[in-house]
Amino acid sequence: MSWKTEFWAGLKTIAPIIVAAMPIGLVFGAVAASKGLSPFEATLMSAMVFAGGSQFVAMDIWTHPASWTALGFAALLVNIRHVLMGASLGRKLQAFSPLQKYLGVLVMADENWAMAEARAQKATLTPAYYAGLAVLFYCNWVACSLIGALLGAFLGDPATIGLDFAFPAVFIVLVMGFWKGPATGMVLIASAAASILVHHFVPGAWYIAAGAAAGLAAALFKGKFRRTAVA
Amino acid sequence: MNLDYHTFLAILAMAVATALTRLSGVFLLRYLSIGEETREALDAIPPAVLMAVIAPTALATGWAETIACGITGLAALRLPLLACVAIGVASVVALRAMGL
Repeated sequence: MSWKTEFWAGLKTIAPIIVAAMPIGLVFGAVAASKGLSPFEATLMSAMVFAGGSQFVAMDIWTHPASWTALGFAALLVNIRHVLMGASLGRKLQAFSPLQKYLGVLVMADENWAMAEARAQKATLTPAYYAGLAVLFYCNWVACSLIGALLGAFLGDPATIGLDFAFPAVFIVLVMGFWKGPATGMVLIASAAASILVHHFVPGAWYIAAGAAAGLAAALFKGKFRRTAVA
Repeated sequence: MNLDYHTFLAILAMAVATALTRLSGVFLLRYLSIGEETREALDAIPPAVLMAVIAPTALATGWAETIACGITGLAALRLPLLACVAIGVASVVALRAMGL
C-alpha cells in the first residue's frame, strides 16, 4: 500500500462528512459574526480549537468582553470526551511515529475518530490513511467558517432556511451510527434526560458533562447488572 | 483583520483546553489498561456525548425541532448521511412553516 492510495482511501471515506460539514461551518461563521466576532476571529477559532460542538456552545455563552475562564472551562467540559476517544484510538496508532501520533490526535474530531476506529478494526491504521481522514476535513472546517463569517450579513438568520438544524441533524446521524441495541438506548435516554435537566437549571455548559456522565453511568450500571445476572 | 484582546485570550483558552483533552487520552494510555468494563464505558462515550450536546436544542426547543429529530433519526436507519441532513433541514423548515 503506497502512501497515496492509503491517503485517497481515507479521503474517500470522509468525503460525505466533509460535504455535510460545509453548511455547519457556514452556520458557525454566520453565528459567530452575529455575536460580534470578526471573520478573522471566527476563522482563528475554527483553526485553533477545531471542535464544532464546543465552538457552538461558546457562541451560546459568548459575552462582551469575552470571558476566557468561562469559555476555556466550557471547552474543557464539552471536549472532555476526547480523553477517552484518544485513549481508545491511541492503542491503534502503532504505525505512527510519536510526532505523527500527537499531531494526529490534535486534529481528532468525532467524525474522523469514528472512521479511524472503524478502519483499525479491518486493517492497520496508517498515518497516510489518517491524514486522508483529517487534512481536508480540517481545511474544510476552517474555510467554511471563514466564508460563513464573511457571508454572515448576507445569509441572514440561518433559522429561516433551516440551516441551524444541520448541526443537530449530523449529530443525530452519528448517534445512530453508534447504535448497538437497547443498551445504547439506555445510554441515550440517560444522557438526554440529564442534559436537558441540567441545561434548564444550571447556567453554563455543565449540561454536556452531566449528560455524558449520566450516559456513562447507565452503561456501567448495565454492564454490572449483566455480569451479576450471568454470575 | 481585527482581533480583540479578550476574544483572542478566550480562543486561546479554548484551544489549550481542547488540545489538552485530545493529547491526554494518548498520554493516559501509559498508565491505563483497558479491561472489559473500560471498553464498555468507552463504547458508550460517543453516543452519550453526542446526545448530551444536542439534547437541549433537539428535544427542548419546540415541537418542530423535536419532530424533525425523529424524522432524521428514522432516515438514518436507511439513508446515507447527506440525504438525512437534507431531509432533517427540509422537515424543520416545513414544520416551522406550519407554525409548530
